[in-house]
Amino acid sequence: MTTISRSRMTVRATVFAAIAALALSACASDDAAEETTAAAEPTSDHVHEVTFDEAWVKVVDEGMTAAFGELHNGTHEEIVFVSASTPVSSMVELHETTMDDGGDMMMSAKEGGFAVGEGETLTLEPGGNHIMLMDVTEPIEAGDVVTLTLTFESGDTLDVEAVAKEFSGANEEYSGDDEMSHDHGDSMDEDHSTDHSTGTDH
Amino acid sequence: MTESEHPQAPGTSRRRLLFGGAAVGLGAVAGVAADRTLASGTEAESSPPPPERDVTGLNGAREVEFYGAHQAGIATSVCAHATYVAIDFHDDVDRDALRRLMQLVTDDAARLTEGDGALADTEPELAVVPASLTVTFGFGPGFIERAGASVPSWMGPIPGFDIDALEDAWSDGDFLILVSSDDPVTNAHAVRMLLKDTRAFGTVRWRQDGFRRAYGSEVSGTTMRNLFGQIDGTTNPEPGTVDFDHVVWRTSGWAAGGTTLAIRRIRMDLDTWDEVDPTGRSFSVGRDITSGAPLTGSKEADVPDFEATTPSGLTVISPVSHIARSRPEASEEVIFRRGYNYDVPPHDGTVSESGLIFASFQADVSRQFVPIQKRLAEADLLNTWTTPIGSAVFAISPGCKPGEYVGQALLG
Repeated sequence: MTTISRSRMTVRATVFAAIAALALSACASDDAAEETTAAAEPTSDHVHEVTFDEAWVKVVDEGMTAAFGELHNGTHEEIVFVSASTPVSSMVELHETTMDDGGDMMMSAKEGGFAVGEGETLTLEPGGNHIMLMDVTEPIEAGDVVTLTLTFESGDTLDVEAVAKEFSGANEEYSGDDEMSHDHGDSMDEDHSTDHSTGTDH
Repeated sequence: MTESEHPQAPGTSRRRLLFGGAAVGLGAVAGVAADRTLASGTEAESSPPPPERDVTGLNGAREVEFYGAHQAGIATSVCAHATYVAIDFHDDVDRDALRRLMQLVTDDAARLTEGDGALADTEPELAVVPASLTVTFGFGPGFIERAGASVPSWMGPIPGFDIDALEDAWSDGDFLILVSSDDPVTNAHAVRMLLKDTRAFGTVRWRQDGFRRAYGSEVSGTTMRNLFGQIDGTTNPEPGTVDFDHVVWRTSGWAAGGTTLAIRRIRMDLDTWDEVDPTGRSFSVGRDITSGAPLTGSKEADVPDFEATTPSGLTVISPVSHIARSRPEASEEVIFRRGYNYDVPPHDGTVSESGLIFASFQADVSRQFVPIQKRLAEADLLNTWTTPIGSAVFAISPGCKPGEYVGQALLG
């Protein structure tokens, strides 16, 4: 309980859209509330922002969970989302989910991170790409707000506030431990080492 | 897996289904052809025209603003469907947990009422038809105590009355979620989404589903009829008027801009009501059962004359009729009613289990609602056919602005 409040304490209680804005170029603005209008007004100062909306994290007692949301690149150049960190998990990986030759969905660390082109949006969602929190030690309870720091290849960072929600799905990534260890054990180990090389542990 | 174990069974039933379907289809086509032959005598061979799409009065896209000084679902237009869900909190729910809960459900409600899926919504497809969806949150005594405040005297409690046959299954509760819209699919989805985000904090104590006439069946704002056929809700304060504001909204404290909601589940015995002729029904109510006009008038809006007498010297409107007993004796005894019908599966060999989800908003339950209910419990001809089986009171906190959450004045 007390441990969890640390993540909530850092957060304005009312921020739920978890809209965070990062200026990658000169046109900086912190006015997150107006972010949604940016796309419709290309002349606005907000157009050159990278934003992360709809952020949420799955409630968990301990161990592994995942964070989701929409990363939008409003800048004029490609960005590469290379790693994430959070106070609630010492190890965080960026995962992609792909279909293997047998038609099974499998997850693996995204080597080199996610490149997001100009104007594009990277959707992180259950069953798809996601931010994997590998080592949660204190319960993340419904309604908690977890802070994630996203790091880009350029060295820029973006702080995101993700609200915790109970969610029955999104189990394929980490509930099939047996299958994983049997079928993909080796690749899992590789994933972890890959993750370190992409600099997750900031 | 089942198929490999029982290779015959699924195939057999599938064939049977297909055959059955085909037979019904043939029958239907033959029927249509015969009708058309009779009608025109010349178009028997042509296929029936595609059904005409009715696009008049489409209302699925209608939205009711979630944010505002008051919560939606009180002064906003009454919708066709309402679901009331009361939650009992888990023992460990404290003020901090309440804050988390209200942030979660406020966010859900704001998104859903705009026709968007909630965050982590597994069926966002169902959210795209808001159909005037509103979500209203109420705080029972258990909520307020856990928030660290004392339960105010203006939210009751409603005392027990001799006419009551209250059941726990329809009474009390720590937290109320009231979902209302003109589309039952929209309601079902919103209720489930909100309850999924409430599950970590408590369990469903009771749920009451109510309905009025469907959107578009009548001009909106028409006073509803309950399942007695009685026009129910005449003389309600009109939202948007000074009167309404005075009756409904609290003006100070954490609930300023909020109100209270009294919910009474009134079982109506339609079988014994069947035995009463129209004259007896009108006499019991004090109004003409068909028009809703007081027995001393000709229109629903006419003011009843409780002094008018018949040639034999009795008052035209019986002193124990419903409207005679429910009229205010003191000026503050006015409430805003927003009830719904219920009609659920019957039991014990009967054909009906029906009634009214009586719901009234008033700034002060104790001063405005309780005196009226007390008089009705003492004498009201309608009591012959009605029985209160549920009772609950919730404080309704004010609304909120974007970036805030409902209940922030109490929890913030």
